[in-house]
Amino acid sequence: MNPIIEIRGLSYTYPDGKQALHEINLTIKTGEKVALVGANGAGKSTLLLSLNGVLQGEGAVFINGIEVKRENLRYIRAMVGIVFQNPDDQLFSPTVFEDVAYGPMYQGFSKVMVQERVKQALQAVRMEDYVNRNPHHLSHGEKKRIAIATVLSMQSQILALDEPTSELDPRARRELIALLLELPQTMIVATHDLDLARQLTTRTVLLSQGRIIADDITTNILNNEILLTDHELN
Amino acid sequence: MWQVRMESNSPVHRADARVKVTLTLAFILFLNMAPHQAWPIYILFLTVLLSMILLARMSIWRVIRRTLLVTPFILAAFPLIFSGPVPHLSISIFGSDVIKYSPEGLGRFISIAVKAWLSTSAAIMLTLTTSFPDILTALAYYGVPKLFIAILGLMWRYLFIINDEVLRMMRARDSRSAVTPCTQQVGGSLFWRARVTGSMVGSLLLRSLERSVRLYAAMLSRGYNGELFTLEANALSHTERRILSLGVLLLGVLWGMSLFIGD
Repeated sequence: MNPIIEIRGLSYTYPDGKQALHEINLTIKTGEKVALVGANGAGKSTLLLSLNGVLQGEGAVFINGIEVKRENLRYIRAMVGIVFQNPDDQLFSPTVFEDVAYGPMYQGFSKVMVQERVKQALQAVRMEDYVNRNPHHLSHGEKKRIAIATVLSMQSQILALDEPTSELDPRARRELIALLLELPQTMIVATHDLDLARQLTTRTVLLSQGRIIADDITTNILNNEILLTDHELN
Repeated sequence: MWQVRMESNSPVHRADARVKVTLTLAFILFLNMAPHQAWPIYILFLTVLLSMILLARMSIWRVIRRTLLVTPFILAAFPLIFSGPVPHLSISIFGSDVIKYSPEGLGRFISIAVKAWLSTSAAIMLTLTTSFPDILTALAYYGVPKLFIAILGLMWRYLFIINDEVLRMMRARDSRSAVTPCTQQVGGSLFWRARVTGSMVGSLLLRSLERSVRLYAAMLSRGYNGELFTLEANALSHTERRILSLGVLLLGVLWGMSLFIGD
C-alpha cells in the first residue's frame, strides 16, 4: 500500500531557539491508525502542525506524494484535517452549523452540497441534533465531537488529533474513543493517554525530546515498561 | 510574558525608572508646548532624543521602525494644509488642474507631524529601556491611583495571553481554509469572510469575559478586597536627583528658547 504520509529528515526550531524536532523520518500507510506518544514537550504537537504546513521546518513532508510547501498548502489542508487540543480554538462561529460548514464553504461548494456535508459530518459524530446550538454553550466532550465534525465535513483523508481525550470525563472519553474507532480515515493521534493508544491504534511512535525513540506495534511499545519509564510515560 | 524592553547594560537601561518616566513626560510636555514652526528647537529636541538612543546603545532604525504606528494619526492633521489660515496659494497639478493650499496650514501640519513623531519616539525609548513593571512602580511612586495601575498591570499580563489565543484560533482557521479541485471559486465571499472574522472576535470577547470572571474569583480566594499593595520604592539617590533636575531644566530651557523662535 502506498504511503499517505511520508516525512523525510524533518527538523523544526521555534523562533525562541528551542529545537522541537530532530531529523524525523516517518512513513504512514493509508488507513493506518498511529499513536504519537511522548511526555510534554516531546514534539508531538509540532509534528502534527508540520503535516499541514502550519509549521514548516527543514526536511520534507509529503502527503499523498504532494510536498508540503507554500504553494501546495491549500490542497494539503483539504487532505489533512487537524483537530486541535483545545476545541475552543477551533470553534468560533455562533452556531454549530456555521462552524462545521466553514471548510466546505471556503472550498466553494454549493449551498446544497454544504448542507449535505454538514449533515453527514454531524451524523458521523452523533451530534445532528446540535446543528443550531451555540458551540460556546456545549460541554467539553460535545465541543470535541463538533471539532472533529469540522474536519470531517471537509472529507479529509487524514485525521490528525492532538490530545483528543484531554480534559474529558470518563464517559465522554469512552464515547469519543468509540467514535474514533468507527472512523475509516488514516489517523495520527498525539497523546500521552496510553490507554487511548492501546484501544485505538495498531502502531505507536514514541517521541522524546524531538526524536523518534521507538516505532513499533502498539502492544510491543506499551508493554515495554522500561522504555516507557525512561521516557517519562509511566 | 513577552517583553518589549530590549536587554542591555547601558546607562539608560540601568537608570531608575522614575527618572526615565519623569524625563520622558517632561520631553513630551515641553515639546508639545513649543509653538508651531520652531524648527531649530525641534532639531535640538531631536538631538536630545538621538543622544539618548546612542547612550542606550540601540539601533536608531529599530526605534524608527516602531514609530511607524504613529503615521495614521498624523494624517488626522492633513486637512490643515487646505483649511489653514489665509492667504491661500495655488499650485497646478497635471497641467490645468489647480489646488489651493495654505502655507501657514502646511507649516502647522509639519509641526504637528514632527511633534507627534518625536513624542512617540520618546515614549518608545522609555518602553525599550524600562521593564513594564518598573514603569508601573514609577507611576505608583508619583501617586497614580493604585487601581489604575492594577488595571494597567492586568491588561499587560492578559494582552499577551489573548494574543496567543488569537494565534491558535487563526492557526485552526487556516488549517481548514483549503482548496479542492472539484470547485472553481474558493475562499467564500467578502461578506462571508467578514462574518467569520466578526464571529472570531465575538468568541474571543466571550472567552475574555469568562477568563476575567475566573481571574477575579482567584483573586478573591487569595484575599483580594479591592486594595492592592505595592512594595515601597527606595528614595532617589543624590545623583539621580541631580540628573532629573538637570534634564528637566535642559528641556525647560529648550521650550523657553522656542517661545522666541516659533510662531
